[in-house]
Amino acid sequence: MTTTITHQEVPVDLPVHTATEETNACGMNNRIKRLRKLTFETQPSLSIERALIETRFYKENYGKYPIPVLRALNFLEICKQKTIYIGEDELIVGERGPQPKAVPTFPELTCHSVEDLHVLNTRELQRYTISQEEIDTYEREVIPYWKGKTQRERIFSHVPDSWRSLYEAGLFTEFMEQRAPGHTALDGKIYQTGLLDLKERIEKELENLDFIHDPEATDKQEELTGMSISCDAAILFAERHADLAEEMAAKEKNPERVAELRKIAEVCRRVPAHAPRTFHEAIQMYWFIHLGTITELNGWDAMNPGHFDQHLAPFYEKEVAAGLLTREEAKELLCCFWIKVNNQPAPPKVGITAKESGTYNDFTNINIGGVKPDGSDGVSEVSYIMLEIIGELHILQPGSSIHISARTPERFLRVGCKVIRQGNGYPSVFNPDVYIQEMLRQGKSLQDAREGGCSGCIEVGAFGKEAYLLTGYLNVPKILEVTLNNGYDPVSGKLVSIQTGDPKDFSSFEELYEAFLKQLNYIVEQKVAVSNYIDRMFAKYAPATFLSLFIDDCIAKGKDYYDCGPRYNTTYIQCTGLGTITDSLSVIKKHVFEDQIFSMEELLEAVAGNFEGKEPVRQFILNRTPFFGNDDPYADELAVRVYNDLYSAIDGKPNTKGETFHLNMLSTTCHVYFGKVLGATPNGRLAGTTISDGTSPSHGADTHGPSAVIKSLGKLDQVKSGGTLLNQRFLPKLLKSDEDIAKLSSLIRSYFALGGHHIQFNIVDSETLYAAQKTPENYRDLLVRMAGYSDYFNDMNADLQADIITRTQQDSF
Amino acid sequence: MPICRRILLPVPSRILFDMSLVFDIKRYSINDGPGIRITIFLKGCPLSCLWCHNPEGISVHKQKMYTAKRCLGCGMCVNRCPSGALSLTEQGIRTDHSLCVLCGTCADICPANAMELSGRSYTVAELMKEIEKELVFMDQSGGGVTFCGGEPLMHPGMLMELLRQCGQKEIHRAVDTTLFARREIIEQVMPETDLFLVDLKHMDTKKHQRFCGVPNELILSNLQYLAASGKEFLIRIPLIGGINTDDENLLQTTAFLRDLPGEKKTVHLLPYHDIAKGKHEKLGSVYNSQGISLSCPSREVQDKWVSFMQEHGLSVSVGG
Repeated sequence: MTTTITHQEVPVDLPVHTATEETNACGMNNRIKRLRKLTFETQPSLSIERALIETRFYKENYGKYPIPVLRALNFLEICKQKTIYIGEDELIVGERGPQPKAVPTFPELTCHSVEDLHVLNTRELQRYTISQEEIDTYEREVIPYWKGKTQRERIFSHVPDSWRSLYEAGLFTEFMEQRAPGHTALDGKIYQTGLLDLKERIEKELENLDFIHDPEATDKQEELTGMSISCDAAILFAERHADLAEEMAAKEKNPERVAELRKIAEVCRRVPAHAPRTFHEAIQMYWFIHLGTITELNGWDAMNPGHFDQHLAPFYEKEVAAGLLTREEAKELLCCFWIKVNNQPAPPKVGITAKESGTYNDFTNINIGGVKPDGSDGVSEVSYIMLEIIGELHILQPGSSIHISARTPERFLRVGCKVIRQGNGYPSVFNPDVYIQEMLRQGKSLQDAREGGCSGCIEVGAFGKEAYLLTGYLNVPKILEVTLNNGYDPVSGKLVSIQTGDPKDFSSFEELYEAFLKQLNYIVEQKVAVSNYIDRMFAKYAPATFLSLFIDDCIAKGKDYYDCGPRYNTTYIQCTGLGTITDSLSVIKKHVFEDQIFSMEELLEAVAGNFEGKEPVRQFILNRTPFFGNDDPYADELAVRVYNDLYSAIDGKPNTKGETFHLNMLSTTCHVYFGKVLGATPNGRLAGTTISDGTSPSHGADTHGPSAVIKSLGKLDQVKSGGTLLNQRFLPKLLKSDEDIAKLSSLIRSYFALGGHHIQFNIVDSETLYAAQKTPENYRDLLVRMAGYSDYFNDMNADLQADIITRTQQDSF
Repeated sequence: MPICRRILLPVPSRILFDMSLVFDIKRYSINDGPGIRITIFLKGCPLSCLWCHNPEGISVHKQKMYTAKRCLGCGMCVNRCPSGALSLTEQGIRTDHSLCVLCGTCADICPANAMELSGRSYTVAELMKEIEKELVFMDQSGGGVTFCGGEPLMHPGMLMELLRQCGQKEIHRAVDTTLFARREIIEQVMPETDLFLVDLKHMDTKKHQRFCGVPNELILSNLQYLAASGKEFLIRIPLIGGINTDDENLLQTTAFLRDLPGEKKTVHLLPYHDIAKGKHEKLGSVYNSQGISLSCPSREVQDKWVSFMQEHGLSVSVGG
C-alpha cells in the first residue's frame, strides 16, 4: 500500500453535509452561489427549437445530399439558428437549449407524440415542462413530417416477434430505440488541436482519396466532407457567443462585468477554432465540443471530458507559475463548468426506456486521478480542486469518480473518502490497475488502455479512441424464471422463449442449470441480432460527423464514429441481478436437490403464489441458505459460475464492425424495472420488488459486513468484464474520525487488491431517509447514490426510495 | 465464590481446551485496535458488570436466545422439542428452563431465526480459517485479530494456541481483557500478544465488587505488572453516569494511570449506551438487575475527563 504522503497541504477538512443545508456556502464565492441557485431551482423543460429547425431543414433538403453531408448541414443549420444564451455571472458559456435546463428533442430518432409530450409535462418524476402552444406547434410542424421516418419506427418495424415478446416480457431493454449510441469520452488531443487544424487534416485526407483503387473512396469523401462542415458549424456557434458577449459588454454598466464579457468574447473567438492557450480557454474548448456532441445527437451518457484533471493540469501549472492564474480563479472557472453540465438534463425518455433509466442525470462522469498514458501517477493540484468542488457544490451533474491505482498517493484517496463521507454518493471509486487489464484483454494497446477510464456509470473504454456501445440490460433472474416455467412468462402467461423442459421432471441441479444456459444463449442471440441491425441503422441514417472529429482514427479512416471509424469498436450487454439469481440457484441446489427440504413442485408453488401463506418457507429460505456476499464458498461458487457463463454467452459474439460483444455488469435504475416485471423468486424475494443491482449482493442477503461482501466479489474474475458495480451503504457513524477514513481507504485498497473494478458508497442513515420521505421539502438537496450514479432522493419514485432504505446497512457496531 | 474458583484452576492442557465456545465473530471491526480487524468473541467472563453489552458472553455455557419480534408463531419448535420444554403463548414461545437441555433442536428448526443458540464450538483450526479470511484487509490497513469476550483469558489453552499460530502468520494480535486472571496466565499470554486492550471500570474495589461482581485488586496489580513489562497496552474505560463518572473516580483513575510505568499511556473513553437491553430480553435475563440509574455522561463530563487526563500526560480520546 502506498503510504507516502507527498502532496502539498490543501484544506482537507471539508464540511460534513447536512440535508437541510440547501446552499453550502463554504468555499463558494457569490457568483458560484448565484449560479448554483439558478441551476438548482430551474425546472427542466422541453425546447422545440431544435426540432423546428431540423424539420424545416429536412423538408427542404432531404434527398439533395448524401446522408453524412445532410447530417452535417443539419448541425450547421442548428448552430446558425439556435438561440444563444449567456447568463448573468457566467464565465463559461453555451447551452444546448435556449436557456439552462431546456432540453431539445431529436425527432429524427424518436418523434414524441402529443400524448408523450403531455405525459412528460405532467408526470410526477423526471418532468419536463412544455406549454400547450408549443405542443400545438409540435403537432402541426414536426410530428407530420417524421411519421414513419424515425429511427425508432425503423427499428420496431424490423424486429421479429420472437424478439418483441422477450422485450415486452422484460427480459432485456434496448438502449438505442430512443437515443443514439454514445458512451463517449475524450482524450487530450483537443487541447493541442483546434478545429481549423482538423479541417486542414480533413482536406489532406480528401486530397489523398484514391477513387481508382479504393471502392470506399466515395463513402469516405462524403463522411470527410460532413466532418469538415461540422467544424464550421462549431466555430460559427462559438463566434455567435463572442458576438453576443460583445453586444452585452457594450450595454453593460458594471466595469467588472464588461471586462468579463470581453474576456468571454476573446475566448470564444479563439476556441474551438484554435487550440486553447489558457486554463479558461481549455475549459471552454471542451465545453463547446461537449455541446456540439449533445446537440448533433442525443447519445447515451452525454459526453465526457475523460481525464479532465490530467488535461487541465499543464495549463494550470504553467499559468499559476507565471502568476497569471490563482487557485481561486481556477476553482471558480471549474465551478462554472460543473454548473454548465448540471444545466443539461438527460433528453426525455418514454416507455420502457424511461423505466430502465429514470433520471435527469445524463451521466457525464469526471475522472479524477488515475494514471497517465506513461503509467505514472495522474494526481495533480487540479484533482484536489475538483474534489473540493464536489464536496461544496452538491449538484446532480456531473458525476465524478476517483481512480485509485496502486501508485495513487494515499492522501488523495483519503481526501476523496472525506468527500464520500458527506453522503452525496460521489465520487465513486475505480481501479485503473484492473480496468487497464480489461482493455488489454480486449486488444487495446497499453498506452490507449491507460488513457482510458470510466464514462457513464461503470463502463470503461479507451478515451478518444473507442466507440464502446452499451446496447441494453439483460434481466438475468427473469431468464431463470422463464426456465422454471418452461419458456413461459408467468407474469403474462404467454410463451415468450424456447421450451427447455418442465423443471419438475429435472432430477438434478445440473439438468436445471443446463436448461437455464439454453435459455440464456437463446435470449442473448435474440438481443444481439437486433442490436446488430440497429448498429447499421445508425451507421446509415445518423452518422455523427461532429463527434467523429475527436475519436481516433475516424478522420484517418474517413469513417464515422458509428461505422468502424474509431480505433476500437466494442459492444456491450449489461447484465443485472447476479445476487438474485445466485441466491435463487443456491436455494434450489441446496434445499431442493441436496437436502431435499422441499420438492421443486413445492418451491415453484410457493414462488407462483408469491409465498402467500408460506412465510415459514420464505423465512427458512432467507435464514438457511448460503447467499452471495458473505464470503461463503457455496454461494460464491455459484455466482462465479453464473458470471462465467454470462461471459461465455456474450463475449465474442460478433458485432457489425468486425469486433465483438462483451459482458458488462451494471444496472443504473434498471434493477427496479426488472423487478417489477418479475414474479417472486426462489430466494424469497417477493413479486415486483427490486432485484439486486450490478454485482452487488441481494438486498439484505449480505449479513457479514463489507469485508465479506468484498471477498465474495473478489472471487469473480472481473477482468473478463467491461465493468462491474458494487454498491455499499455505510452509516455516517462508521466514518466519524480520521482513523475511520483511513480504514475506509484500506477497505477500498483491499477490494482493489482482490481485483475489484469499482465500488461506491451510500453514506446515509435510515432515519434521514425516512425523514426525507415524510418531509421532502426539508431534504431537497439530499443526493443518494443509486447503482452507478447519484440522484436526488426526492426525485426518485417510491420504489427506488424503498430500495435505498432496505439496502443492507453496513453498520458494524 | 464459584467465579474465583474457576479462574484458580491450574492452567489446563491444550488438548483439554482445544475447543471453546464463540458467541460472535465480527468482521470489518474498526473499534478494537489498529486497522481493520476481525474480532473473536469467546464465551465466559468472571465479571458480571451491570451494564455489560455482551451479556451472552458472561456464561461459559451455551444459551438460548429468543427474539419475539421475529417469531412467526408457527409452533415447529414446540412440536420438535425432545424435552417438551417449549410452549406457544400469547407472548410467543416460552421455555421451561428446568426441562430445557440446550440441545439446540429449536434453533436448528426455527425458520425465522427467532430461536438461536448463543455459543458455537470452534476448534483452533476452524477459527484460524475464519481469521485468515480477513488477511487482505489486515495487510492493507495494518489491522489484525482481536480476541475479546467475555474474558478471553478464561480460555488460556485455546487462546495461547491461536495467538501462537497468528504470530507465525505475522497477524497482529490484540487481547481485549479485564485482566482479572492469574498472573501466570498473563505471563504466558504476554509474549504472544502485540497489544492489550485493558478494560478498567472502577478504582474503588468495593464499588467494583458491587457493580462488576469481583474486586479490582487483581486487575490493578496485573495492569501494573503489564505496564512494567513494557508491553503495549491501551486502557478502555466505559463512562457511565451513576457508576464511575464522579470526580473521586476520575482523580483515582488518572493518578493510577499516570503512575504506571511506561512512556505513552493511551486511554479510550467509551460513553455508555444501552444497546444491551435488547440482548437481555432475548436471553430472558434482567438488564441492570440492581436498578441503578445508568446514563450516558453529558458532553461536559466527557470533556472534563478528557482534559483532566490530558493534563496528567495521558493520551485520551472518546470512542474508538
